[in-house]
Amino acid sequence: MDIFGRLTLESLPFYSVIAASGAAVTVLGGLAVVGAITYFGAWRMVMTQWVSSVDHKKIGIMYIMLALVMLLRGFVDAAMMRSQQAIALNNEGYLPPDHFDQIFSSHGTIMIFFMAMPFLSGLANLIVPQQIGSRDVAFPFMNSVSLWLTTAGAGLMLISLVVGKFSTAGWTGYPPYSGVEYTPGVGVDYWLWMVFIAGFGTTMTGINFLVTIFKCRAPGMTMFRLPLFTWTMFITSVLIIFAFPALTVACGMLILDRNFGFHFFTNGMGGNMMNYINLFWLWGHPEVYILILPAFGVFSEVVSVFSQKRLFGYISLVCATIAIGLLSFTVWLHHFFTMGSSARVNSFFGTMTTIISVPTGVKVFDWLLTMYRGRIIFKPPMLFTIGFLVTFVIGGLSGVLLALPPIDYMMHNTTFLVAHFHNMIIPGVLFGYLAGYMYWFPKAFGFKLNERWGTISFWCWIIGFYIAFMPLYVLGLLGMPRRMEHYEIAAWQPHLIAAWVGAFIIMLGLIALAVQLVVSVRERKQALDLTGDPWNGRSLEWATSSPAAPYNFAVLPKVESREAWWDMKQRGVAYRRPEKYEDIVMPKNTYAGLVIGVAGGVFGFAAIWWMWWLAFSALAVIVGTIIYRASDDDDEFVMTASEVKAIEDARFAQLAKAPKNEMADEPGFAGEAAPEPAT
Amino acid sequence: MIVRHARSLRWNTCASAAIAVAGLALLCGGCAVLDGPVLDPKGPIALTERNLLFKAVAIMMIVIIPVFIMAVVFTRYFRGTNRKARYTPNFDFYWPAEIVVWSIPAAIVVWLALHLWANTYKLDPYTPIDPSMKPVQVQAIAQDWKWLFVYPEHDIAVVNELAMPVGTPVSITITSDTVMNSLVIPALGGQIYAMAGMQTRLNLLADETGKFWGRNVQYSGTGFANQQFQTLSQTKEDFDAWVEKAKQSGKALDAATYEKLAKPSEKVPVTYYSGVEPGLFDRIISKYSHGDSDRMPHHSNAETTE
Repeated sequence: MDIFGRLTLESLPFYSVIAASGAAVTVLGGLAVVGAITYFGAWRMVMTQWVSSVDHKKIGIMYIMLALVMLLRGFVDAAMMRSQQAIALNNEGYLPPDHFDQIFSSHGTIMIFFMAMPFLSGLANLIVPQQIGSRDVAFPFMNSVSLWLTTAGAGLMLISLVVGKFSTAGWTGYPPYSGVEYTPGVGVDYWLWMVFIAGFGTTMTGINFLVTIFKCRAPGMTMFRLPLFTWTMFITSVLIIFAFPALTVACGMLILDRNFGFHFFTNGMGGNMMNYINLFWLWGHPEVYILILPAFGVFSEVVSVFSQKRLFGYISLVCATIAIGLLSFTVWLHHFFTMGSSARVNSFFGTMTTIISVPTGVKVFDWLLTMYRGRIIFKPPMLFTIGFLVTFVIGGLSGVLLALPPIDYMMHNTTFLVAHFHNMIIPGVLFGYLAGYMYWFPKAFGFKLNERWGTISFWCWIIGFYIAFMPLYVLGLLGMPRRMEHYEIAAWQPHLIAAWVGAFIIMLGLIALAVQLVVSVRERKQALDLTGDPWNGRSLEWATSSPAAPYNFAVLPKVESREAWWDMKQRGVAYRRPEKYEDIVMPKNTYAGLVIGVAGGVFGFAAIWWMWWLAFSALAVIVGTIIYRASDDDDEFVMTASEVKAIEDARFAQLAKAPKNEMADEPGFAGEAAPEPAT
Repeated sequence: MIVRHARSLRWNTCASAAIAVAGLALLCGGCAVLDGPVLDPKGPIALTERNLLFKAVAIMMIVIIPVFIMAVVFTRYFRGTNRKARYTPNFDFYWPAEIVVWSIPAAIVVWLALHLWANTYKLDPYTPIDPSMKPVQVQAIAQDWKWLFVYPEHDIAVVNELAMPVGTPVSITITSDTVMNSLVIPALGGQIYAMAGMQTRLNLLADETGKFWGRNVQYSGTGFANQQFQTLSQTKEDFDAWVEKAKQSGKALDAATYEKLAKPSEKVPVTYYSGVEPGLFDRIISKYSHGDSDRMPHHSNAETTE
């Protein structure tokens, strides 16, 4: 049966009850989605308005949906690991090593590549064009390709749960362990191909947003008037463009090693695993900042709006962002101080790493000073921001400790390291994205998320975080290595049980997030955002209706100040009706992006299982689609001035019914943007 | 108004509960780590590493504590409902503040960098601890999933047990006969990777007698969790007796025995060998340099050439 490559019936997960149930949940989840779409008769809408869409706002929403689904999957992995470690003192626990190893590998892979990255792309898609006063991103079709390639990678991740086993090499896939000599089978290939394929999507997202921010700004929107979120996305795009090729190359070379007998990273035959580790972290460290800079951007927006005050130290924050971006390429070696580099090399990279804490510290103080003499309103996005500020500095502290090579010799590969990077990624990245999700949700859907459940979710997340991860710091000081599927040191167990309790509380936080969404949708009529400016905002995305019209701005705004929208409100020119509307050229929806994504996924699956005929066919489909699309001149349509007028008339009719300021009922409301601001 | 009051009450309650939980957790953790291997070191390397940890934490409190205080005070005092608090919505720049927020972290980093350079050189795992003393030579070979320690001077080898005379430096040269490993004995000092075809070094010294656990901490496959060993820090006499015991084992570690041993296995009991194949350690390094004429077994990439 050459036609199926190395895929056989034994690849199905009937060897273990737990693996089979995981597969069953995945398959049933997929069927449930299909069933729900059919039940609601929504296939037509899904196909014509969503999956074929090149509208950056819809692409953004789809990215975030993907991220939230993968967050759930990644959390299940985390909960399984915490449960295993809580019980596995002097016994094997409930997971055999092989299964436990797959779980920590998939947890990291999912959370970085298929939760955080899509979440980041989603927020950027949703907001950046609107913040810079643009009608679209620079390359709307490429945007759709990015989405579907990322989704193809995530799809392979989910398929790996059902067909075949996943990698046991961790989310970093270090050779020689990840080489075919020590880890045969499809697991590492799944990991490699999904990262490889999704990496192309991310690289294109980086290119897209760099060009968008460079070329598509509204008149008057100079670089130093860009809102902070856009600034951070700008730097993140630069980092993506420079860093992702290193990952793609490292994965590509390991693919050649594993499948075609090359010896780039093997033990013998001239291979050298240290080259992989350098390449991986040459991507991996900038990646950390790729993830966290946009979260910093969200915090900057949120802290200013909910302190009802201008952002403190804008220039400082921008400079700090640029500095972090540059420095992020000078520190990768701190991930392997223990690989035998000389003291001189280690000292250099250690020092560079501590230097990064300066711009980061500046940011923290600037956010605090934004709150100083403000009037803080504790909406859920603001709660996440305050929670972040307090918790993040603890992670910063442990990060600087790990940057000192002598301390890293001690703490490397222990749970102290695990606690450190979760301390950066949960309060830093995830809190930022969740704050962004709650902050910009009304912009995407036209109604606000339930605050009560948002607040409950926040408290569960932050309390759960402390209980789950502070014990891991302690365990690190007790010497516990990461990735232990059982252990024999009794002193570790109480802390692991505490961490398990923390994970349970985080689960409540996740449930609260789901409840929040359901409750908000059901009670949306009470929380409609009629003005498009639910938080008394300051940047241009609040100038559009909620949800924004397909073209965002009927007339491109003229920007005269750093807080463009606030400034317009102050000058009394906000919500002003233009004298006339013009025709707007819009990109047509196309299935080409979806086709390329699906073909990319099929290609990956075929390559993993050595079904080469299928791989080449999928590749041919991709090339054919690109040629077809590139030669299609009929890819735009004109939205006529009268169509625009109809949409805008409806918008102004809605505005007439809306309260003047949606925040006016807040007890802490400090007043709206007035020509003479009260000081 | 009642609703609003209830909300602010909940915010207070939740915040206090969170702080209490965090404090409690810190307290529990704080007590627990005091007798852990990192904070209660048994050798000068680990001790200096720990002291650097303490110093760095202390210096960073200059930044951390103000952040905590500002976060708590600002969120409490500048809450929107507190109309007594001063409100300056356009206050967005203040030179002195900018200078302070850039210069204080920068000053701390300068302090850290100076300590970092000095200590990184001092604690470089390759640096002999005391040049005036002759260290005990040990060759460590990582295997799936155990450690083989060869004592070339004594012509003995032992699986999963590392003995050393107290107060005498031990110079360990390390390689791997499998995937990447990392050798650490937390009570004595930091770790270094073990890589096939290459040699790395670790210099350690124990100040006290006792048994300290050591292990591989770089994930290496299904037997990873079991890849541990005991370190015996002994008096000179006990160490000599230990060497004698190994010599009496009657089992030689020749090429064939080695091949058998190197096969993946877990929970291998402590095994002594007397009479080790000469040049075993170098042979294991060089067996991976096939097809790589550039790489000399003794001066592989991981070896510093200072």
